[in-house]
Amino acid sequence: MEPIDQELDPAEIELPTEPMLLNVGPAHPAMHGTVRIVMELSGESIERCDVQVGYLHRGFEKMCERGTWTQVFPYVDRCNYVSPMLNNVGFALACEKLLGIEVPDRCQWYRMALGELARMSDHLTCTGAMAMELGAFTPFLWMIKGREMIWDLMEEETGARLTHSFGRVGGMAQPPTEGFKAHAEAVTTHILEIIAEVEKLLLGNRIFLDRLENVGVISAEDAISLGWTGPCLRACGVAYDVRKSHPYMKYGEVEFDVPVGQTGDSYDRFIVRIEELKQCARIIRQCIANLADSGPVNVSDPRVILPPKEEVYSSIEGTIQHFKIVMEGLKLPAGEVYSYTEGGNGELGFYIVSDGSGTPYRVRIRPPCFFVTGGLERVITGAMMADVVPAFGSLNMIGGECDR
Amino acid sequence: MAKALVDLVKQKFPADVLETHSQRGDETVVVYAARWKDVARFLRDEPRADMSMLVDLTAVDFPDRSPRFEVVAHFYSLSKGHRLRLKARVGDSDGGNAEIDTLSDLWASANWAERECWDMFGVRFTGHPDLRRILLYPEFEGHPLRKDYPADRIQPLVPYREVPDIDKIPPFRADEGMSFGRQTHAQRPSDDDDLN
Repeated sequence: MEPIDQELDPAEIELPTEPMLLNVGPAHPAMHGTVRIVMELSGESIERCDVQVGYLHRGFEKMCERGTWTQVFPYVDRCNYVSPMLNNVGFALACEKLLGIEVPDRCQWYRMALGELARMSDHLTCTGAMAMELGAFTPFLWMIKGREMIWDLMEEETGARLTHSFGRVGGMAQPPTEGFKAHAEAVTTHILEIIAEVEKLLLGNRIFLDRLENVGVISAEDAISLGWTGPCLRACGVAYDVRKSHPYMKYGEVEFDVPVGQTGDSYDRFIVRIEELKQCARIIRQCIANLADSGPVNVSDPRVILPPKEEVYSSIEGTIQHFKIVMEGLKLPAGEVYSYTEGGNGELGFYIVSDGSGTPYRVRIRPPCFFVTGGLERVITGAMMADVVPAFGSLNMIGGECDR
Repeated sequence: MAKALVDLVKQKFPADVLETHSQRGDETVVVYAARWKDVARFLRDEPRADMSMLVDLTAVDFPDRSPRFEVVAHFYSLSKGHRLRLKARVGDSDGGNAEIDTLSDLWASANWAERECWDMFGVRFTGHPDLRRILLYPEFEGHPLRKDYPADRIQPLVPYREVPDIDKIPPFRADEGMSFGRQTHAQRPSDDDDLN
């Protein structure tokens, strides 16, 4: 039988295509958080795209200018709501830098242990959600089970699963509970078991690897220029970790490695996070070993720290001290500092400007997600439509932090 | 180390550095807005500075001062490990004339950071390829992080945007769109049937 198009010019049988405009989001199941991607598709490949954020904008920086410095803590909780403890500690460190005070050792170890647990919860969520979006539902449930254990521990320590508001300028709201060390050790051990299981399930899976390898590749130069930090930058082979490069608290005294990737694809970002989970466990164990069972948690500066309640109710000095800190707010010296810590997604910076009063003049949070999401356009332009899901998932955009 | 960096900028731009200070170890250089981009480019290209990363770019509003806004950029050098804060002052006291050169062709991270700065403060970045609002919607009135923007201000309602070239927009009729039930091959009810 003769081919039907025998006498036709090959150019004529080509189906005429025109670019198709496709909206993904802002409430798409694969867009964790709310982000909208407007794509111009030619066939299945993305010719151009526009990433639109801001659907979760709540005016964080404006709200901060209305209360006292201490009242900022609940707001920073809600920036990165997967690892709020890192934000709490980051903001507390910024205020302490401007004040020029340093919290006692016990508090530093405690902050680090809680912070690394929060980082674990962040990475567990990201890697678990990534696997789920590629069809692997079981690892997601296992990892969320692990995250739930961390949040149970956080609840025991702080009273809240998610939005702890536990940090204070000059210390923490409460000292560690009696069972903290044993509980943290148990959680860490259990999560390491979960990771080992997940690795067995995913890293030998051909479909999973094919969807990730060489997808969403970005070069180290581009990533640096885009201001990427954290696991996404380390996946490109740049070993920049604030904990290692500019140690704060006691990070200079603990042993841990900074895992880096090679190609900067989605697989590297996934595996860097998995490896960091194990490093978190190492750090947590060292923190538990160094955490003293007794001793002060807060600084003893009466201008900064609320007095114990017995004093407030029984002495005039205590009452006045309490009143002044609550009503006027603790006063930070006039000036400006930029303080940076390693958040779940990279360098979490706080640029705070004080006019010397009890109210913040300007609190600028440097959200790692915002800059990472800013590079999404570059990552997915030219890629296939189906690759958006693993590429976007591996960037771990947190809506609350990106849009504030 | 960072102190040497401040001296480096001072040496290169002796007439353009307004002031420098160092609070809590954060080295800060304030330059004239007209030379903003030149200083930034120097910091990127000079091997002794080698600022490979623009970490953050934002602004601070001081309504009582005469150049009203302080545009603040934080630079970081991955190879040297040092940081520098660069500031420039722009804008009249009524918020007008706030213009400064874009850095988006030097660092890609400036693209979104400058869009946010425009969105929140109304500082225009000349030469920016795509200066749209980023966190807020296009119809938003004012710039919320200015100190004279009341925190409890209510924005006007925005009418539905005109969507061209779409003859039908939701809500569709009950029998239109995706069928979630079992497909039936019965005749679709026509518009005439609805009238009965």
